[in-house]
Amino acid sequence: MKIVEVESLSFTYAGVKKPALSDINLQIDEGEFVLIAGPSGGGKSTLCRCLNGLVPQFYEGEYSGRVVVDGLEADKTPIHVLSQHVGMVFQNPHNQLFSLSVESDIAFPLENLGLPREEIRQRVEEALSTMRIEHLRDRSPFELSGGQQQRVAIASVLAMRPRVIVMDEPTSYLDPLSASNLFKTIDEVRSKLGLTVLLVEHRVDLAVARASRLVVVAEGRIIYNGPPRTFFEEQNPHLYGVAYPKVVKLSVRMRKALNSWSKTCINPEEFEEEVRKLRGGL
Amino acid sequence: MVFEAVHYTYASGVEALRDVNIEFRDGEIVALMGENGSGKTTLLKHMNGLLKPTKGRVLVDGVDTAKTSVAQVSMKVGLVFQNAEDMFFESSVYDEMAFALKNFGFTEEKIRRRIEWALKFFELEEYENTSPFLLSGGEKKRLAMAIIMAWSPPVICLDEPTIGQDSLQKEKMMHMIKMLNSQGRTVVLASHDVEFIAELKPRVVLLSAGEVLADGPCEEVLTDMRLLERASLTPPQVVALLKRLEDLGVDYRVLDVEGAVEKILKVIRK
Repeated sequence: MKIVEVESLSFTYAGVKKPALSDINLQIDEGEFVLIAGPSGGGKSTLCRCLNGLVPQFYEGEYSGRVVVDGLEADKTPIHVLSQHVGMVFQNPHNQLFSLSVESDIAFPLENLGLPREEIRQRVEEALSTMRIEHLRDRSPFELSGGQQQRVAIASVLAMRPRVIVMDEPTSYLDPLSASNLFKTIDEVRSKLGLTVLLVEHRVDLAVARASRLVVVAEGRIIYNGPPRTFFEEQNPHLYGVAYPKVVKLSVRMRKALNSWSKTCINPEEFEEEVRKLRGGL
Repeated sequence: MVFEAVHYTYASGVEALRDVNIEFRDGEIVALMGENGSGKTTLLKHMNGLLKPTKGRVLVDGVDTAKTSVAQVSMKVGLVFQNAEDMFFESSVYDEMAFALKNFGFTEEKIRRRIEWALKFFELEEYENTSPFLLSGGEKKRLAMAIIMAWSPPVICLDEPTIGQDSLQKEKMMHMIKMLNSQGRTVVLASHDVEFIAELKPRVVLLSAGEVLADGPCEEVLTDMRLLERASLTPPQVVALLKRLEDLGVDYRVLDVEGAVEKILKVIRK
C-alpha cells in the first residue's frame, strides 16, 4: 500500500523568486525506511514540511500539485489532524521540549487531543518503553544529554501513534556513538510497529545501511530515487553534497585493484565478507 | 596558551574540568575531542577568559586570564560558538561585524577595509546589508568566523564547526582551517566529528568526564580502540572496518582509504 504519494509538487516560498521544489514525484510504500540526502538548501526540509502540511498551511507561497499521506491531502487537512498520521522530529530537540518532566512532555499533545486519562497513561508508558527511556520519566528534559532529549522528542511523536515519521536531521547535535545508537532504535521501532520512516540526514555513512531506499534532492528536484547501492555505483555523490561513506569508497578502490572484487559494498558486513571470500579463494 | 592544573566546577556543582594540563604551541592545529558533555566547550570558554578556572590557571601569551579582562584576551583569542546565532544581534551583516571592531577602537576607515576583506574571504560580500538571521545555517557559521577574523586574532577557537553542514560545506571548512593555519594562526577546534578530524590530521586531545585521556598525533589517538572506547567515541570508519579483519593479520592503524587498500591487498595477496 502506498502511504505517501506526491504528484507534480512545486512550491515557491512567498517573497522568493526561486522555487524551493519543482515537479516532485514520489511514492512510498508502507513500512519503508527512506533516506533523504542532498546539499543544504536543496529542498529536503521543504519536502518534509509538505508532508506534514506546514507547507503551505504555515509557510505560505505558491503551491501546486498533490500530496497525500495516509489517505489525507496534506495541504487541506488541518495540521492537528495530520499530526496523528505524520509525526515530525527536528534537528534540535530543544525546540520540541518544554515541560518540567519527560512524562508530561509526552502526555501534553495527547491531552490536547482530549483522550481519556487511562489511554494517555497507556500511550505514554508504551512510548517510554519503545524508546527505552522509562528511567528518565521524572527527569526534566533540559537536564538530559542531547541523545536522551532526542529520544524524548521521538517518544512524544510516537505517542500520537502516527503511521509515518519524518525526521529532519535528528542526529545533528549528537556525538557519533549516540547517533548510531539512535538510528538503531529508530530501525527497531520501525520494524516493530510497521512504521514508515523518512529520514533526512547528512550522516549518510551511519544511516545508509538501514535504508531500503535513497532519495537525493538537489536544487528542488529529485535527482535520484532508488536503492542506495546503485546511487554510489552510478553517480558522483560528492556533486550532490552527499557524503561518500568510507566503506563505499574503499570497495570502489578495491574493485579497481582487484578484478575478482565483486561489488560496491555499502556496509561493513558486506565488506568483511568480500575480503574473507577473496582471501579464501586465492 | 597554557593550561596548568585547571579545575572548573559549575555553580550547579558539576565538575566540568579536572586537573587539565595542556600546552598549545604557536601555529598548531589542535582538536579537542570527546562525547557530548566531556568538557570540550568548557575548555574552549577558558581560552578567551569567558570562564576562569576554579583552581589552577590559564595563561594566554604569558598572561593569566584570571587577572585580565575578557576583552583583552579576546584580542588574542577569537572564539566561534557552536550556535553561530547566539553571537548575532545587529540588523545587518555589516553592523554585526563592525560592533566588535568599534569596541576595540579601530578607526572607521580600518573597520571598513577589514570588513570588506573578511566578507570576501568567506564569500559573503552579497550579504553586507542582509540581516544575519536570514542567512542559511552554513552562511551563519561563516559569518561567525568572518566576525572573528576581522580583528585577526592569532588564535582561533571553533566549537563544533561541522555541525549541520553538508559534505561540500565541510570540505570548505577544512580548506579554511588549513588556510588560517598556513597564515601562522593557531587553530583549536572542539569536535566529535571523527571523520572530519581523521582527514584534517591535527594533534588530538581526548577528553572524558572533564579529564584529559590522551594527547598526541591524530594517527595514534584515533586508532587506539581502547582509548576511544573509554571516551565513548566511535573509531573512524576506516579503522572500524579494518578492525573487523584483524584476525587475518590486517593492521588497522591507518586513517586514510589509500593506506587501508594497501593493507588489505597485502593480506589478500599473501
